[in-house]
Amino acid sequence: MLEDKDRIFKNLYNDLGSSLDSAKSRGDWLNTKEICAKGRDWIIEEVKKSELRGRGGAGFPTGLKWSFAPKEVGAKPHYLVINADESEPGTCKDRDILRFEPHKLIEGCLIASYAVNAHKCYIYLRGEYYNEGIKLQNAIDEAYKKNLIGKDSSGTGWELDIYLHYGAGAYICGEETALLESIEGNKGQPRLKPPFPALVGLYGCPTIINNVETIAVIPTILRKGSKWFASLGKPKNTGTKIFCISGNVNSPCNVEEEMGTKLKDLIEKHAGGVVGGWENLQAVIPGGSSMPMLSKEISENITMDFDSLVENNSGLGTAGIIVINKDQDIIKCMARIARFYKHESCGQCTPCREGSGWMWRILERMAKGEASKDEVNMLADVTKQIEGHTICAFGEGSAWPVQGLLRHFKKEIIERNNFDPLVKNSKNIPYLIDQHILEEDVKKC
Amino acid sequence: MSIKKVSKDQPDKFKFNNQNLNLANKIILNYPSGKKKSAVMALLYIAQKQNDNWIPLAAMKYIAKFLDISYINVYEVATFYSMYNLKPVGKYYVQICTTTPCMIRGAYKLVDICKKNISEKENELSSNKNCSWTEVECLGACISAPMAQINDDYYEDLNMKQFENIIKDILKDKKPKPGSYRGRLNSEPEKNRKTLLENKNA
Repeated sequence: MLEDKDRIFKNLYNDLGSSLDSAKSRGDWLNTKEICAKGRDWIIEEVKKSELRGRGGAGFPTGLKWSFAPKEVGAKPHYLVINADESEPGTCKDRDILRFEPHKLIEGCLIASYAVNAHKCYIYLRGEYYNEGIKLQNAIDEAYKKNLIGKDSSGTGWELDIYLHYGAGAYICGEETALLESIEGNKGQPRLKPPFPALVGLYGCPTIINNVETIAVIPTILRKGSKWFASLGKPKNTGTKIFCISGNVNSPCNVEEEMGTKLKDLIEKHAGGVVGGWENLQAVIPGGSSMPMLSKEISENITMDFDSLVENNSGLGTAGIIVINKDQDIIKCMARIARFYKHESCGQCTPCREGSGWMWRILERMAKGEASKDEVNMLADVTKQIEGHTICAFGEGSAWPVQGLLRHFKKEIIERNNFDPLVKNSKNIPYLIDQHILEEDVKKC
Repeated sequence: MSIKKVSKDQPDKFKFNNQNLNLANKIILNYPSGKKKSAVMALLYIAQKQNDNWIPLAAMKYIAKFLDISYINVYEVATFYSMYNLKPVGKYYVQICTTTPCMIRGAYKLVDICKKNISEKENELSSNKNCSWTEVECLGACISAPMAQINDDYYEDLNMKQFENIIKDILKDKKPKPGSYRGRLNSEPEKNRKTLLENKNA
């Protein structure tokens, strides 16, 4: 288990209060000026050396992302955008940072803005986090008052303004280009990449977009050194991470642990175990609803880091662990997730807009045992038609959980949906069966 | 994609009051000059707050003029995002998260309580007209499931009896206390905390 001294978010549960004074007593804003004085190249190099990977889901190396921003500011200003549109089912880690450790985030914003030459920083907060937004705004106001940010931020001579921008309940705005569209006052529909936001982003200017947790750990990494951060976790999967453990566990919680911690330890030690005991475990979704589920057998020994989860056909995602025990109907659970994706699809790409609805409807019927045998493979085919055929990763996010269900619970689905379809002889059943074709085939039989 | 319909009964006119006018002008300054359009989401929120928690078409037209953008620009934003109510909702607007992490901890029982006490169908006003409810997608408080949002506040770690009391309170126009209803400290593991113990005792 990670020692308390190595935990970055010491106020994760708000034992100590989130005011500027208490944040300072925990070491925030201590020597920000000295850190910035070491220069942009040093900061980016340290972040690269720490091997920090983005905490928003994709796990892209943060230092590398920063280095994509143009070295010199040209005709267009640079922007830093913080993605606080936390809406992945199973994930609620950023909420605690916004509420209880806002100064870690604000200090991170200053250092990151300095490193990528940005004078303006927008924090895109999900609209439902209204109270969290008020707390964050208070912290920002406090920082302005003490000249920690503003005209001469913390004595560095760097001018930085931080603005909050509230979203309004669209999951897709967590996708970085949809988020930029949303800030620009449009519908949140993702843009084609390339060009990548690092060169053409907000208002067509170079923009670096990072998750809240990624930015909030930066000051601590620079203070304690990249070596310290890289010594935690596993190679290429370094540092600590806030895990959210929800679902059928005895004590659902957020906890900061080392990367590469065993999943079973997280569930048993921190979350008080599965309701009904480990034997009652049915499946675990390891990284927010977009990641394919793991069976009980895999959950037994797997470690929670990007690479080992990818090896097991899943992903770390946002590290929102959803535990599902045997009291739940697993098909119903996934049908509900499919409904989520149907509801949240932005409607831009046809495979996702239509396919997410198809998957939901097929799964709802499967949960009731009303689907035919053939539809199991048809469902697998639909997921393949969506995956990789959309502008953004939402397509994968909606298809993967269904693929995970089919991978581990195909037997259960077939047992429940056992009847043969009406058309027996036709080998190639089209997806949309016209009634007259069916009738003709019945006549033939 | 979700389908949103606008209300049939629409007021003819809408105007920001003085306080909101100042607020709107202040928000526009958050964005670079010439990029006033960015403020459309914030302005829609202000209009919604001013107009009993829903946005009439007149407000969209007003905001379009205010920001020098076309009406359809405002309309498409208002219909795209789920938090803009285009029909009247109750003074107490109950949103129950029913996505899987909440569902497997009993969110649909909360829905049943709303059906019983507020209205049979979602988005319908209660008989005393001050309350309405709806099912929503993940509200980002999964470790506190099941939970509900009433106006701006989160009500977490609910059980059925407590939630029924909350609903009865708001029907009587009394605002219940938000937060965890199991009395735990934020997102700590209940009765099972193994980390940051020094702080806990500090």
